[in-house]
Amino acid sequence: MFKKTVALFLAVLLTVSLCACGGDRKGDRKTNNEIVVGISQDLGDSLNPYQMTAAGTKEIMTNVYEGLYKVAPSGDFIPAVAEDCIISEDGKVYTFPLRSGVKFHNGKELTVQDVLYSFKTCSDITVDSSLPKIFEGLTVESEGNNIVMKLSAANNDFLAYVSLVYIIPEGYSDQAATQPVGTGPYKFVSRSVQENIVFEKFGDYWGNKASVDKVTCKIYEDASALVAAINAGAIDVTAHLTPDQIAGLDEKKYDFLEDTMNLVQALYLNNARKPFDDVRVRQAICYAIDVDEILDLTANGHGSKLGTSIYPKFTKYFDEDLVDMYPHSVEKAKELLAEAGYPNGFSMSVTVPSNYTPHVNAGQVIVQQLKAAGIDAELKEVEWNSWLTDVYQGRDFDSTVCGFDASTITANALLSRWVSTSGKNMIGFSDPKYDELISKATAETDDAVRTQLYKDAARILAEDAANAYIQDIAEIVAINKDLSGYVFYPLYRIDFSTIHY
Amino acid sequence: MKFAAKKLTNLIITVILVSFLTFCAFQVIGDPVARMLGAEATPEKVAQLREELGFNRPVMTRYLEWAGNFLRGDMGISYSYKLPVSDMVIPKLGVTVALTLMAFVMTCVLSITIGLYQVRLKSPAVDRAMTVVNQIVMSIPPFFIGILLTCLFGLVFHLFTPGYYVSFRESPAGFFGYLFFPALSIAIPKISQSVKMLRSRTGEELEKDYIRTAFSRGMNTGAAVNYHALHNAIIPVISFLAVSLAEMLASCIIIEQIFSIPGIGRLMLSSISSRDFTVVLAIVVILVLWVIIVNFIADMIYPLIDPRIKVNR
Repeated sequence: MFKKTVALFLAVLLTVSLCACGGDRKGDRKTNNEIVVGISQDLGDSLNPYQMTAAGTKEIMTNVYEGLYKVAPSGDFIPAVAEDCIISEDGKVYTFPLRSGVKFHNGKELTVQDVLYSFKTCSDITVDSSLPKIFEGLTVESEGNNIVMKLSAANNDFLAYVSLVYIIPEGYSDQAATQPVGTGPYKFVSRSVQENIVFEKFGDYWGNKASVDKVTCKIYEDASALVAAINAGAIDVTAHLTPDQIAGLDEKKYDFLEDTMNLVQALYLNNARKPFDDVRVRQAICYAIDVDEILDLTANGHGSKLGTSIYPKFTKYFDEDLVDMYPHSVEKAKELLAEAGYPNGFSMSVTVPSNYTPHVNAGQVIVQQLKAAGIDAELKEVEWNSWLTDVYQGRDFDSTVCGFDASTITANALLSRWVSTSGKNMIGFSDPKYDELISKATAETDDAVRTQLYKDAARILAEDAANAYIQDIAEIVAINKDLSGYVFYPLYRIDFSTIHY
Repeated sequence: MKFAAKKLTNLIITVILVSFLTFCAFQVIGDPVARMLGAEATPEKVAQLREELGFNRPVMTRYLEWAGNFLRGDMGISYSYKLPVSDMVIPKLGVTVALTLMAFVMTCVLSITIGLYQVRLKSPAVDRAMTVVNQIVMSIPPFFIGILLTCLFGLVFHLFTPGYYVSFRESPAGFFGYLFFPALSIAIPKISQSVKMLRSRTGEELEKDYIRTAFSRGMNTGAAVNYHALHNAIIPVISFLAVSLAEMLASCIIIEQIFSIPGIGRLMLSSISSRDFTVVLAIVVILVLWVIIVNFIADMIYPLIDPRIKVNR
């Protein structure tokens, strides 16, 4: 009896293992013209276009939602739901003629009423802190088939904000949290918590229709599970892979496209707290940190060095000179520390959000580098929620490794954060000259002058060593060799519509 | 009747106590507001949302309100997903229950066959060897067995792809295939525990007077084991198995992390970190109910196997 049971057991084991191996159905997916996109976090927040908080949610949902204008891969703003934009001479009146024949995913035709409703709802409930300021004193009205917006003051980045106000059908805000409807090239079909989200091509899309019929985003919260699933052929496209992860992947099955994550990773220093209120201490920390070593140890040398709160893809504003302002030098660091009155160093904590591996890894290297310069640094891993409440909102930290992205692709989105009165100025950076440059730049209409003002402001951040800037983190997209057309954007976004077999 | 009433009172008290304590725990670790509003929230917005969601009211009022809704079958809305909690939890519960039951069936089938084999062994050397191996396997916790199985069968023999979970709707065979190794990791320690139990109980029974009588009647060891000793030895094993059904559910929560299975354990952990307490509470209550009901069933099984045991002890 025992032998029989064992035999039966082994037979069962073999069968189920064979079943479990039947995962490679890449061929089927090609025939059905569908793809599977691997994502590393669930869309664990509201799908309401004005209440999405996670970057991971936004980058997917921009396939469903569109604003009057939208971002092109080049970083320019191009017409979407609106056909055009006519700006008055003084830059205070924007007229948007609506595109005719734009349909929502529920079949309803888009009207001016939907646009008015969307702007009203967005200004009421948005969780984006930059939008309420823009909406202050803004009037949105309809004139026939046109939407006319009157601003209280000219703002050169206005279109960038307009592109964030996604248009939904009138009265649809409450349902949008779970049943999103927009005008984008893909419509939302279903989602299963912690498993997947399914999208289908929208046949009545106003513009160039998408090629792939069905997109399933599968959630792999465990990084090694994600790599295993890619290797098993279960996934066609995955973004945000690290150089470490792709080392284990099969080059015969996948193309690897390299890019950066479009964020400013730095050791952010609490400028309001002793001893970081002393510019010499901050500079000493910059000298003590060896960015090249961080890149080598955490990403096999991939990544773009920064120098200030602007990343290289903002070619217009990026200043190459700032990158090497503080070449690695332990002696200089010690000298500056002694000058500042800390010849024996001091102790500090480096707080990192434990769910972001790149920040944790960088933090580990930084702690060792600071120790070498005589600073007694200690790594403190905290949960994301605690990071948000204690570090970001409570500003209770010495230093933290994290990354800031640009909510809109404007230099303003990256730089205005550090204005002394800004609610987002977590480091408490305060420099009247900086504040003045940013406010001048915001109001300036001449593009060349404005660019120079932003560049000057960015230089101040580097000279004052507001933070110890590290890198724009390298990321790699793995895409099935049968597929092509993946397009990078200068901000967090995965565009399904350009991908095709 | 008295027995059922007593059990029911126990159940109600436990559920109230556990859910209330969970509720209070979230008073300490914080609410989901910061997460819902994201990094850029202004203090005014935070205060406003807190007011809207009623987080400023006293704990007791909020708890009673939650309990009232729960009794009416309304588990509330998830703060992060905005979906009704029941819609989120019930499909996940299916996965976890499937995994637990698979582990349970494996445990029952394998432990009894292996146990019987060992009991009937003629060779003391093999018996001793099996006892030693058993003792070692028993002391390894399920999560570690899970890691070992992943390494061995997933990465070395490629019998399954770690992390490549297949849902039941996609392919039932793939679903059960994927759950096979997780279920096995939960089952293995339980199997060795029950084998050991069966082995030692039978040994004890064989030394008792009635067995000596049986031998004196001319019965051989095999028959004495089959007809007498086993009958008595198996009762504690069956009750042990029934009780371990509750423990297996607990092991599932950890095993789901290792094999990335989207069951209630995964959902519970992620909901704790996003402070999504309506979801956590619903899962906690379900777990409590599961444990109490399983124990109740175990109690009911005794008299069926052995009429000498009365339930209203």
